[in-house]
Amino acid sequence: MSLLEMDRVTCAFGGLKAVSEVSLRLEAGELVGLIGPNGAGKTTVFNLLTGVYPPTEGRILFEGRPVSGQSPWRINHMGIARTFQNIRLFGDMTVLDNVKIACHNQVRYGVLSSILRLPSHFRGERQIEEQALKFLSLFRLEEKKEELAKNLPYGEQRRLEIARALASRPKLLLLDEPAAGMNPQETQDLMHLIGFIRKEFSLTILLIEHDMSLVMGICERIYVLDHGTVIAHGRPEEIRSNPKVIEAYLGEVTS
Amino acid sequence: MTAVVDARAPVSSKWNFWILLLGALVIYGVFQVLIDQRILNSYSALILYQMCLNVILAVSLNLINGFTGQFSIGHAGFAGVGAYVSAVMTTKLHLPFPAAVAAACLAAAVAGLVIGIPTLRLKGDYLAITTLGFGEIIRVILINMPYVGGAAGMTVHRETNFAWLYFSALLTVVVIANFVRSRHGRACIAVRENEIAAEMMGLNVTYYKVLAFTIGALFAGLAGALSAHTFYFIKPNSYGFLQSFNILVIVVLGGLGSITGSILGAVVLTLITAALQDYPEWQMVIYSLILILIMIFRPQGLMGTKEFRIPFARPGGRGNGHVAP
Repeated sequence: MSLLEMDRVTCAFGGLKAVSEVSLRLEAGELVGLIGPNGAGKTTVFNLLTGVYPPTEGRILFEGRPVSGQSPWRINHMGIARTFQNIRLFGDMTVLDNVKIACHNQVRYGVLSSILRLPSHFRGERQIEEQALKFLSLFRLEEKKEELAKNLPYGEQRRLEIARALASRPKLLLLDEPAAGMNPQETQDLMHLIGFIRKEFSLTILLIEHDMSLVMGICERIYVLDHGTVIAHGRPEEIRSNPKVIEAYLGEVTS
Repeated sequence: MTAVVDARAPVSSKWNFWILLLGALVIYGVFQVLIDQRILNSYSALILYQMCLNVILAVSLNLINGFTGQFSIGHAGFAGVGAYVSAVMTTKLHLPFPAAVAAACLAAAVAGLVIGIPTLRLKGDYLAITTLGFGEIIRVILINMPYVGGAAGMTVHRETNFAWLYFSALLTVVVIANFVRSRHGRACIAVRENEIAAEMMGLNVTYYKVLAFTIGALFAGLAGALSAHTFYFIKPNSYGFLQSFNILVIVVLGGLGSITGSILGAVVLTLITAALQDYPEWQMVIYSLILILIMIFRPQGLMGTKEFRIPFARPGGRGNGHVAP
């Protein structure tokens, strides 16, 4: 059984089909890239997988259980976490609190015990803090834990978003343009980091990226989307020489 | 070290809480003596009572508007529910006052739940519209209800004293401060900061919005019950839009997302209102002016999202039981 299975999924907004009959399959432990020109429907695929939009047609199964129709927070509990193309941090909260939010569901204590400050509150808070700090140190953000998330430089905000997604203990991590706006050195570091967390947490990763060196460098398989449909899929070297992909990116060969 | 440290500092020092609690008790003792010795005349005492009520209303509204980021403008409606439920319990059914207070809190919380569940599922400004409507509906229903005196209002027994009001305010502040500084409060703040990201991180956003809204409504009910039995006369128009607006002004003045700010705002605005008692027609003019001036010069309110702290306490303390009289 595949970890994730999208079976001929269509997402239409009125007459516009943002995603049309897309089938996609991820096996546990894979690192798969999702590429395509602007407006191809890549982020819509992520939004379908995380429950932001319900699919108009088709079904999505995660570990054999249906994802379509579930609310985003339930899907997160099932084991899917994501980052955003336009960073969505909790800007006015500290770096530490941002990650603590993701630990919210792993340590539970009740409303009453927090109001009455029962021992379970303090025990829970200690556990949450330990977990959050662990993820911050992994992403070298430990020293910035008291800073407000909105005051971090761009690259660190991207890292914090990945740390936050990871802290919710997903089985499948969706990264939406993690290297956007990064310089080559930062991109290089990010590649190593993605490889590392994948091994460390035995994750399956699906990533959208425009930086071809990153995609070709670390992805085992690649899906190419154009105008809402999958036009190619295969290993990086196959994709690189696929005429359809070249056409989608560079335009038709006329002469 | 400054006296004001970031409100979202982590939980570590318990001292700040206990020192502030002690301070709150000292303040209580001082004012209780002043009242007992008749150094404060009965008019000043009334202002003090109103201050306590405004603290409860403002702090509870801040939980909804400031911390959870949901814009409610019908807070006085919930106070009205509390006031009338408790008044009926004591004057018509002759039940003991504490039971009436409990029933008032419960009724207001249930009202909050009923309003909150359908509207808070939606994103956007629906809550503002619904709560505005709710406040008016409560007022109109009360006006047309002869059982509770209609527009003429009803007379209630005096049941409270300074201790009742002060410790109710203190309880409200401690409960809400503890709530805000827990995993639940953190979730509410995350909802305010970015609803979509909060939901993607596995937070049941609707649950936390409804939870905060219901807790806020519960304490508004408490304030309503206490005010009915402090000023021993209630009428529907005391719980209309203007009253809701007053509470909102306090919260915005103090700072959305700061409990100490709401306390400070309640004290300041109660004093301003008292000073303007002889010129009621100027009251709304001054309120509007205050709002405009805040928006221009200090849009984040007096305290922003910061909390008052004991200067020598390590940053990152627990609670913020700073309570004004």
